[in-house]
Amino acid sequence: MSAVQSSRRKPPRVGDNPIFRRLMIGIVLILGALLVLAPLIVIGFEAFSEGWRVYASTLADPDTRHAIFLTVVTALIAVPINTIFGVAAAWAITKFDFPGRRLLLVVIEIPFSISPIVAGVAYLFVYGLQGFFGPLFEAYDIKVLFALPGIVLASMFVTAPFVARELIPLMQAQGRDLEEAATSLGASGWRTFFSVTLPNIKWALLYGVVLCNARVMGEFGAVSVVSGNIRGQTNTLPLHIELLYHDYQAAGAFASASILAVIAVITIIAKVALERQGAGRVRRPALSTPAIPAAEPKP
Amino acid sequence: MRRNVLPGLSLSLGVTLFYVGLIVVLPLAALIFKAASLGPSDYWAIISSPRAVASYRVTVLSALGATAFNLVFGLALAWVLTRYKFPGWRIVDAIVDLPFALPTAVAGISLTALFATNGWFGSILSDLGIRVAYTPLGIMVAMCFTSLPFIVRTVQPVLEDLDPALEEAAQSLGGSDWTIFRKVILPLLAPALLAGLSLSFARSLGEFGAIIFIAGNQPMSTEITALLVFIRLEEYDYQAAAAIASVLLITAFLMLAITNILQSRALRYTMKG
Amino acid sequence: MKIRLDHVVKTFDTFRAVRDVSLEIESGELVALLGPSGSGKTTILRMVAGLEFADGGHIYFGDQDATDIPVRDRGVGFVFQHYALFPHMTVQENIAFGMKVSKVKREKSAIAARVDDLLRLVQLEGLGDRFPAQISGGQRQRVALARALAVDPKVLLLDEPFGALDAAVRRDLRRWLREIHDELGITTLFVTHDQEEALDLADRVVILNQGQVVQQGTPEQVCREPGSAFVTRFLGDTNRISAEVRGGVAYADGAAIAADGVANGAAEVYARPGDLAWSETGPGIAASVTRVLDRPGGRRVIAITTTGEHLEFDVEPELAVRAGQQGFVTLRRAQVFAAG
Repeated sequence: MSAVQSSRRKPPRVGDNPIFRRLMIGIVLILGALLVLAPLIVIGFEAFSEGWRVYASTLADPDTRHAIFLTVVTALIAVPINTIFGVAAAWAITKFDFPGRRLLLVVIEIPFSISPIVAGVAYLFVYGLQGFFGPLFEAYDIKVLFALPGIVLASMFVTAPFVARELIPLMQAQGRDLEEAATSLGASGWRTFFSVTLPNIKWALLYGVVLCNARVMGEFGAVSVVSGNIRGQTNTLPLHIELLYHDYQAAGAFASASILAVIAVITIIAKVALERQGAGRVRRPALSTPAIPAAEPKP
Repeated sequence: MRRNVLPGLSLSLGVTLFYVGLIVVLPLAALIFKAASLGPSDYWAIISSPRAVASYRVTVLSALGATAFNLVFGLALAWVLTRYKFPGWRIVDAIVDLPFALPTAVAGISLTALFATNGWFGSILSDLGIRVAYTPLGIMVAMCFTSLPFIVRTVQPVLEDLDPALEEAAQSLGGSDWTIFRKVILPLLAPALLAGLSLSFARSLGEFGAIIFIAGNQPMSTEITALLVFIRLEEYDYQAAAAIASVLLITAFLMLAITNILQSRALRYTMKG
Repeated sequence: MKIRLDHVVKTFDTFRAVRDVSLEIESGELVALLGPSGSGKTTILRMVAGLEFADGGHIYFGDQDATDIPVRDRGVGFVFQHYALFPHMTVQENIAFGMKVSKVKREKSAIAARVDDLLRLVQLEGLGDRFPAQISGGQRQRVALARALAVDPKVLLLDEPFGALDAAVRRDLRRWLREIHDELGITTLFVTHDQEEALDLADRVVILNQGQVVQQGTPEQVCREPGSAFVTRFLGDTNRISAEVRGGVAYADGAAIAADGVANGAAEVYARPGDLAWSETGPGIAASVTRVLDRPGGRRVIAITTTGEHLEFDVEPELAVRAGQQGFVTLRRAQVFAAG
């Protein structure tokens, strides 16, 4: 009898005072709407501020279309390579004990904490004329900077940790039992990976890929250093937005921005959907290195 | 070398090391090498020039302001999202990630449109005599936007996992809500909160895309350090760009170290054994 | 398949998990590796499986040196402590996995028939379409066993097979595992830290401590003739009484116990609670009752000797005894070991 009552009426927890509760929800919602939601909404307003025609003509403009094309191509190259890297890194780090594992984790996470401008500048000093390989590449007429390879490399730098950091905590938590079981039953390495490991990490993998893709498509700072901003050639969509904006074509800039905003919203929807599948649930504060216990002696 | 039961170490580690080496380590090494090739006195002259120092000042102060705002707002947001279930809380929870998902350039132009004197917010604020766009305040607003999710997402899981028995124990001992929050909940959140703060601060220091549109970019007053690096590049002054970029890099490493220390402390309460 | 371990050594970083272990497991035998946590028992099992490689020594399967054969080709069935069932596969698919990945190609229908046989063997007919998350702990345990048996292993290895189950299920499964073993006659090695489990189930028990074998033998041998104080203590409740040995007899204030072969000097006498008796008159060890515990199966008495040692022993439930009573404890049976 008392059990029924208690399940219906729980004693108030800290902060459950109704006035305080409503006040907090109210403040948070208003501030959230002003700071986070308003920037999203204003994009739509500004994009159509000069009517449908301007919007449509901006998107139909060859430079805009080329920027979209370049952005998609960059993502199509950078995201799969990054995914392979992320899976390889997670496999190496979680399935084996080797010296320097912790250091490797830290190094993989470095791009997260570095300003994209610094990343861009760093690439300049590798592939630029005043850099390590610049003169060599120049001699063979290989263009890295101010061309697609530079944009892809810079994008890969800023997103290097995205897939690995989703997989590592999950695969760490899953341990090695399943792979050992598959191996003890006679499965080969690839077989073990594809039929045992992959099905159990697929949502987290997809989650990392979605976030990685969003960042690649939206990267601005690093790409703006290495691309050279050549209109119709090396302008990705974010760079194209900047160009139009500084050209006093605000409506055009917002029209282009609306594409990226839609991608951002799709990304968030995909993220929520994947979180329902359990991805991203082995949560750990952003940017941290996942805690890996030192190899424990098996009792 | 110990033999391994599971296959694929050499392949996976090989791919990993090659990628990390080529994509992450090599460029950073090149940057450090370039900066180090300047003599100490030249290096010092560049990084301590009045314009550079002014850029550090505005960057650090704005980042501090933005982080302080997000400390309060982010904590409140995390609290509301974990403690109160209200219609639409899932949508609010999802929207918190918008600053991560929205490209910084897009955020930059839309914040500028909002806060320009003819914008939705700017027009109201300018009637009150407050100018946001093209002032340090604008830089702060952009930093607030881009770094908001860090504090929410570091605090939220800790708040969710907080054992209700701790609060119940404090209640049974006669503590008021405010006392329990201050003496029991806040100390337990503190490590996560500190970690979130350092993440948020680090992100603000390095932010570029969202800021340059709203900042005004006047040397000595609204020019952030990342922009100064960019300007030096456009002037083909690669040495100065390398030197100032190295300051950002070193700061980032410092923040990374601090964050890692804070994070391992944050895990202290949650780790078993 | 006979298994032989020859001077096997394994070190993790600086922790010496297994120190020079030699063992023989006869073909068809059911052997328990028993020891406290950290005794190296799981490491030994994993080395037999090929899930760890020995740092030194050899492991033979029959006459073949299996030390360097990888787990994939070793032909062992391993049942993991937490079962390691593939969560995304049904019970059937889990059991069939080993046959599907095998280098020996089998017909689909042959695999299905074998899976059905195995489901019947582990009494899980009708559950083949469930996922591991949809069945009970005891059922998962049986699926894990079926999966291991599906590859026709030469050796069956089980790591704490009943560790994650509650007491009633444990007892049932224990009896059932013994029946399966007797039916299939497969050489079986299992690890446990539960002495009752080891003694109830195994033909032979190997007791380990700190990476070394301290005693091995049939349940009867290790129970009746424990070789050391550690084994005595580890196998069950016991009383420890300080004593002194002089000329093959241990003297513990008021009692004398035969101690053949124990060197003169300080010694420890061990006696199970059932091996002590209580009387109000001497001779015996003078003690006073501190507590009387009533249990369904009898009555346990806790007493303290004049030298301050606590003794626990069982008496007939009808025996009138109360706290504060003075009397004497006699030893019906005891083991004596030199102190140290």
